[in-house]
Amino acid sequence: MPASLELRDIHKEYGGRQIIKGVSLTVAPSEFLVLVGPSGCGKSTLLRMIAGLEEISSGDLLFDGERVNDWDPARRRIGMVFQSYALYPHMTVAENVGFSLKLAKMPRAERQQRVDDALRTLQLEELHDNKPSQLSGGQRQRVAIGRAIVRNPNAFLFDEPLSNLDASLRIQMRMEISRLHQRLRNTVVYVTHDQVEAMTLADRIVVLEGGVIRQIGAPLDLYERPANRFVAGFIGTPTMAFLQVARCEETSGRLAVKLVGQDEHTPLLELDTVASATRGEGPVTLGIRPEHCRLTAPDGAMLAGTVAMVERLGADTFAFLDLPGAEDTVAVRLGEDASRIAVGDRVGLQFDAEKAHLFDAGGIAVRSPAR
Amino acid sequence: MSVLSTGRHQSVSLRFALYALMLLLALVFVFPFLFMLTASFRTNEQIFAHSGSIGAFVPTGELTTANYAYVLGNGNILHFFLNSVIITTLTVGLGLIVNSLAAFSLARLQWRGREAVASLLVVLLVIPFEAISVPLMLLVAHLPGLGFEAGRLVLTRSWLNTLYVQILPFVANAFSIYLFYQFFRSIPKDFDEAAYIDGATPLQVYRHVIVPSSKPVFATVSILQGLAMWNQYLWPVITVPGESARPLMVGMQQFFGHTTEWGNVMAYATIITVPVLAAFVIFQRWFVRSVIGSGVKG
Repeated sequence: MPASLELRDIHKEYGGRQIIKGVSLTVAPSEFLVLVGPSGCGKSTLLRMIAGLEEISSGDLLFDGERVNDWDPARRRIGMVFQSYALYPHMTVAENVGFSLKLAKMPRAERQQRVDDALRTLQLEELHDNKPSQLSGGQRQRVAIGRAIVRNPNAFLFDEPLSNLDASLRIQMRMEISRLHQRLRNTVVYVTHDQVEAMTLADRIVVLEGGVIRQIGAPLDLYERPANRFVAGFIGTPTMAFLQVARCEETSGRLAVKLVGQDEHTPLLELDTVASATRGEGPVTLGIRPEHCRLTAPDGAMLAGTVAMVERLGADTFAFLDLPGAEDTVAVRLGEDASRIAVGDRVGLQFDAEKAHLFDAGGIAVRSPAR
Repeated sequence: MSVLSTGRHQSVSLRFALYALMLLLALVFVFPFLFMLTASFRTNEQIFAHSGSIGAFVPTGELTTANYAYVLGNGNILHFFLNSVIITTLTVGLGLIVNSLAAFSLARLQWRGREAVASLLVVLLVIPFEAISVPLMLLVAHLPGLGFEAGRLVLTRSWLNTLYVQILPFVANAFSIYLFYQFFRSIPKDFDEAAYIDGATPLQVYRHVIVPSSKPVFATVSILQGLAMWNQYLWPVITVPGESARPLMVGMQQFFGHTTEWGNVMAYATIITVPVLAAFVIFQRWFVRSVIGSGVKG
């Protein structure tokens, strides 16, 4: 029976240092929730607290409405897949998968049945008697998943399960995990630092930074309407370009924006927001995704710069520009003109103001493009 | 090994010199053993006749098994041998359980004061047994114990002259705990956590996860603690004046005082040495692997 999970104002402290600073969220039964964020953001700690492997310093953790803070991991009945697989090296595949049932003193015949079912689900039957050292990375990962599903847990917890696999196997295992979830409909909390994994697997994504939730939402919501600069920069490859704003003028319900380095003769960008973007100290920034940019001739363009790098990925080609007023190189997805662009070319950048994101001095999004 | 494996680039004479040096070193260790073995099959006259030559180490000339017959027929060597086997087996057996559990607790469980206890362990490592042997002897001399009198189990006033006075003080061993501790710390924590999630208690984690992954260190501790117990001399000399609980080493010393035949003494020494050598040969593979694996210098 898939459980619902609820975290209420969860804190975690290590030796006086706050690792998790008040996280609240709910996970619906059968939902696939992905915790994503850079290294050290606290996502694994949060998962381990849900598993019962870390104590919760303060706050409440509820499974199906019941507070489980003080329950040991076994009582929480969760299945967990570790980054290192953590298969017991001296046990066979079948013994690894059936270990939890053995500890629960399940009769041998029933246990074997359950183990065989789990192995069949994961197409591991022929590896029944192999030791972990005889398996490939992908097979080990499947055994680790088998160990988690065999006890029919309340929820699955995945701690960066694919990060030890090579790229092609990672994509394959990602699909298998997704298919498995569609079939079993378990509640899943999945930790990764890979935003592609997050985008492809999640029903909802939780973006964490420094122990704080920066945004929760469906993958496309986060991509199209990031709540702040951190999420905008974290979700999407290549990342969103951030251009410094020199000046904002509010006129008749619209905001006219002039960018740092913008050609004097080009018109100000007109954005349909009335929210004051100029609150607070520090620079206002405008964000634009690579697919919403296009290259033009440098003369008469809004911004002009040089091509620093070109990445030809096959289906897509990206040019990275050095521009005045940009915090980093600006990625542009090239269309028909891809073959003509070379490193060192002087080019102009143009984009549709409707597609621009605007972030105030505190990095909070004050404007996102309409759907 | 690494020096030899790069031998392709070295001159033949250098390799020859290296092998000669190693052979010489090996002989330094082997000669006393060969002397003991050879002399145990010789009469006093034969031993002295060969003493000035290489023949002292080579079993040539008149050989006899009379020394073994004498050693086995006079004195209580079999009784002492049995005592030593009991003392060594029980100390090692109990020691493996107690010390590995202590190390498991230190290396894998979270409790207040754990670091302090681990530091204390290192302190204990550097205290020589000789320094505490007298106070320890005074302690056990006044500890109430159990004994047999006329076939009945009775309470005694002292541990002296018993087998367990040679066992119990040595079950918990700081060096053994340290070896286990080092090895257990090298096992990834994920194993324990996976087992806890699977529903294991700490004791089940120890039994089903840690112990099966730690066979080499169990072999090492068995050999080191077993060797120390088998060779125990000072402690039984001061705590076991009687014959009933006397171990082999003290037995040999006593035997040595009653004979002028070197062949007898060497036969006695051979009987003591062979079980230790046999154990080492059997466990050698494990032993070497563990010493490498635990990062402890042999």
